[in-house]
Formats: sequence, structure tokens, C-alpha cells
Amino acid sequence: MADTRSLEARTAAERPLSPHLQIYRPMLTMMMSIAHRITGAANYFGTLLIAWWLLAAASPNGYARFQWFAGSWIGRLILFGYTWSVIHHMLGGIRHLIWDTGRGFGASEREWLAAANLIGSIGITVVLWIFVLLTMGGS
Amino acid sequence: MSAPKHIRTPLARVLGRGAARSGTEHFWHQRLTAVANIPLTIAAMIILISLLGRNQAAVAQILGSPAVTVIMLLFILSITVHMRIGMAVIIEDYVHDESAKLTLLMANTFFTFAVGLTAVYGILKLSFGL
Repeated sequence: MADTRSLEARTAAERPLSPHLQIYRPMLTMMMSIAHRITGAANYFGTLLIAWWLLAAASPNGYARFQWFAGSWIGRLILFGYTWSVIHHMLGGIRHLIWDTGRGFGASEREWLAAANLIGSIGITVVLWIFVLLTMGGS
Repeated sequence: MSAPKHIRTPLARVLGRGAARSGTEHFWHQRLTAVANIPLTIAAMIILISLLGRNQAAVAQILGSPAVTVIMLLFILSITVHMRIGMAVIIEDYVHDESAKLTLLMANTFFTFAVGLTAVYGILKLSFGL
């Protein structure tokens, strides 16, 4: 019987593959690169929350539903995660813009930027939420 | 006679649009919106957080005020352009089946426009007080 697979499919298995992610020791810079993509994708779907919020603000009933969600523990968790994701992606983006100017590629600079990205995003998010919960009267 | 240095025609090199015919447009727009996103996201987050504890009437009034409306419209425009390019890159990186890739790229555009226009509609509705 004739092999109906494409030439690509038939020859793919015989070619050596280049090393991929699993052979590398996990490093902070690598993790932050992956985190930048994951937070970007999360922010993509997070825009649904923004759209819902803006749309709901026009009607008392609609806004009550949004506030019920935002006040529930799962809603709080999602909003907290979304804030962190946005801040992390923004700081990661600033890192990319620095790299675009040709700066920040040295070994110690890379490590420092990756650590600042992570610590900065967690720090800002926590401070922001402490402020939110305090000004909302702990509701 | 020596071989030509470039296989590409002089016109192709001058146009600089490459094999995909789109040049560096996406690269540039991704950075342009990235820069715009920094102040716009900070502003949008401050607006969102300062409104969290307020009631619907106050939220509707503040969101509908001219300055906040313009900031939120710019924010939505910039992030949707940015996220459409970003998601297209993710799809192109991981989806290799041609028909699945095209379907997801279409879905990406549909989602981006739908969520963007919904948000814009919400803001304009508040702003015009309809």
C-alpha cells in the first residue's frame, strides 16, 4: 500500500531534533520569559472583566451583579490575579523596551532585571490591594 | 563575473517588506502600543481601584466624565491592538496545522474586536448618558 502521508510527515521522524526546553536547567530569566507570555495571555482574557465592568456601570442591577462577583472570594482571587498579571506584564514590557535600546544584556543585568520584575510585580500588587481593602473599609 | 550579493531584487530591498509582505509593521505597532500602554494602564488601574468602593451612580458619573472617558477609550484601543498582535504570535508559535492556525487567527481578531467594541460601547453609553 502506498504511503499517503506527506513527504514532511514521512521524513520528520528520521531527522534529529534540536534540544528543547526540557534539557535546560530552569533559570529565573527563562521563567520570567515564560511568565511574560503567560501573563500576556491572561491579560487577553482579563479584558472580558474590563468590558463587563464598563458595560455593567450603566445599570444599577447590572452593577449589583458585578459587585457581587467582585466581592466574592473567587472574584477577589481573580481580580487579585489579574492585577498581578497586568503589573507583571507591564514591568516585563519595560524590560523588553530597555533591551530594545541595546542595553541590559549583560549576565548580571539580566539576572537583576528578572528579579526586579518578579519582586516589583508582587510588591506593587500586594501594596495596591492592601490600599484597596483599607479604603473599602475591609468589606 | 562575481555572483550578486543579494538574491532579492533592489525594489524588494528598498521596500523592506520581507517574505510575508508586511515588513516590520507588527513589530513596530507592538512597541508603539507597549509604550502607550504604560501610562494608560496605570491610569486605568487607578480609576478602577478608586471606583471599587463606590456605588453605581457615582461610578457611572465618574466613568462618564470627559477626561476619564477619553483615557478609557485610549486604554481600550491601545490594549486591544497590542493583545491582538501578541495572541497572533502565540498562535503562530504553537499551532502548526494550517487550518487550525487560520481558524484561531480569525477567532483572535473576532474576540479582540468584540471585547474592544463592547468596552467602547460601555464607556460611550455612560459618557453620553443614554
